[in-house]
Amino acid sequence: MQPSEPMIVFEGVEKRFGDHVVLSDLDMTVAPGEHVTLIGPSGSGKTTILRLLMCLEKVDAGTIRVGGRYLTHMEKNGGLVPADERYSREVRKRIGMVFQQFNLFPNMTVRRNLTEAPTRVLGLSKDEANARAEELLDLVGLGDKIDAHPTQLSGGQQQRVAIARALAMRPDVLLLDEVTSALDPELVAGVLSLLQDIGKSTDITILCVTHEMGFAQDFSHRVMMFDGGRIIEDAPPEELFGAPRHERTRTFLQAVSG
Amino acid sequence: MENLPRIVAVLLDGVPETVIAAAGGILLTILLAFSAGLALLSEHRLLRAISRTYVEFFRGTSEVVQLFWIYFVLPVLVGIQLLPLFAGVVVLGLNHGAYGAEIVRGAVSSVPKAQVEGAKALSFSPRDIRWRVVMPQAVLEMLPSFNNLFIQLLKSTAILSFIVVSEVTERGVQVLVPNFGDDIVLIFVLMLLIYLVLAVLITAVMRWLERIGARRLGRRPSASARTAAVAAAH
Repeated sequence: MQPSEPMIVFEGVEKRFGDHVVLSDLDMTVAPGEHVTLIGPSGSGKTTILRLLMCLEKVDAGTIRVGGRYLTHMEKNGGLVPADERYSREVRKRIGMVFQQFNLFPNMTVRRNLTEAPTRVLGLSKDEANARAEELLDLVGLGDKIDAHPTQLSGGQQQRVAIARALAMRPDVLLLDEVTSALDPELVAGVLSLLQDIGKSTDITILCVTHEMGFAQDFSHRVMMFDGGRIIEDAPPEELFGAPRHERTRTFLQAVSG
Repeated sequence: MENLPRIVAVLLDGVPETVIAAAGGILLTILLAFSAGLALLSEHRLLRAISRTYVEFFRGTSEVVQLFWIYFVLPVLVGIQLLPLFAGVVVLGLNHGAYGAEIVRGAVSSVPKAQVEGAKALSFSPRDIRWRVVMPQAVLEMLPSFNNLFIQLLKSTAILSFIVVSEVTERGVQVLVPNFGDDIVLIFVLMLLIYLVLAVLITAVMRWLERIGARRLGRRPSASARTAAVAAAH
């Protein structure tokens, strides 16, 4: 990867569900280490962007590149063909995701939730994976829960484990999909401040979908306002929250601030 | 009542055959249920079609007629004469495997999609997703239904009396009733009790497995799992 190369590039990306166009002709780039927050009304395509990056959905048109490599396509005989499962798995190893509902594996202890993928997918030794898991659990403040089962943890604790699990893969890109939406209100602040710490102490590129506007303002280098599958405003947070240019952005921000 | 010891002895004489038939049938059931159940979920149409045909055929035809086919008709058609007990195990397994396939299919598809997505987000291979994330959760979900199925299988072993396997029902009907006709009530009460004891044993084993499974998920067995296990025991 060239130093000047963006970490994430969307070019002419289109995504439809049946007749419904979720994303249309979307271009965007994200620089390495940048924190970008996606905001907008529900159904505006924010989450779809994360799911496309995680290969949980396929593009209908356009291409996505991550770290200079095609994610959606692979080069073959000088042309581009849609990526197969094995290829996109290879590229998305560099991407981690944290979900709204945590999606921890209930059949594994916290330790195994954190070590299974590093050993199975990255080929780490058991000792290496364990050391990494212990270090990350300390980072998220749950060092004492390593042998607990996810079901024995609170929502906030489960989400911290999920964050640690994503970080255990040492991703270049981290996707945060409404990670505090399912939490009880009193647990939200803790998880957000943990994410702030992670944002400050690492150079991971972070794409974040959230309804926490205060967090978006502090955390992001850039905020993108989505509506109807398009980016209608793309600006640094102080600009977008302070002086939104677009009427749609203004009404949306008013609506979410109640 | 003076015949009680002899009656009990003759019935107990049939227990090994009943147990062998049930155990063999259960093993074959597990094997077929998983193969056919996973085939029902396969991406390959042909596999799905084969499995669906198997399930519908064996669920939709009489177990007794199937037994007669394997034991009486097969020798005429292809010249293979199976041992009676073996023929019984095969029919019990084929039959209950068809029901079990639906249990496996249902349990696997009931594992939330979010689990698969969580695993994909960690770049697990499709094989690892199935065997390390989905199946361990699905198997726990299957246990109460398999408990019911195994108990039904146990009770179905009585049809082996039609092809003169000397299991409990055959002992009772063919040996005891002609000789101790006056004790017919006693004979049939004891027969019921023997099946009940065996069924309770199956339930005990299955509940033990459920408890192990629940502990691996860090929780107690679900209320529905407990109710199903209790209902099955009665």
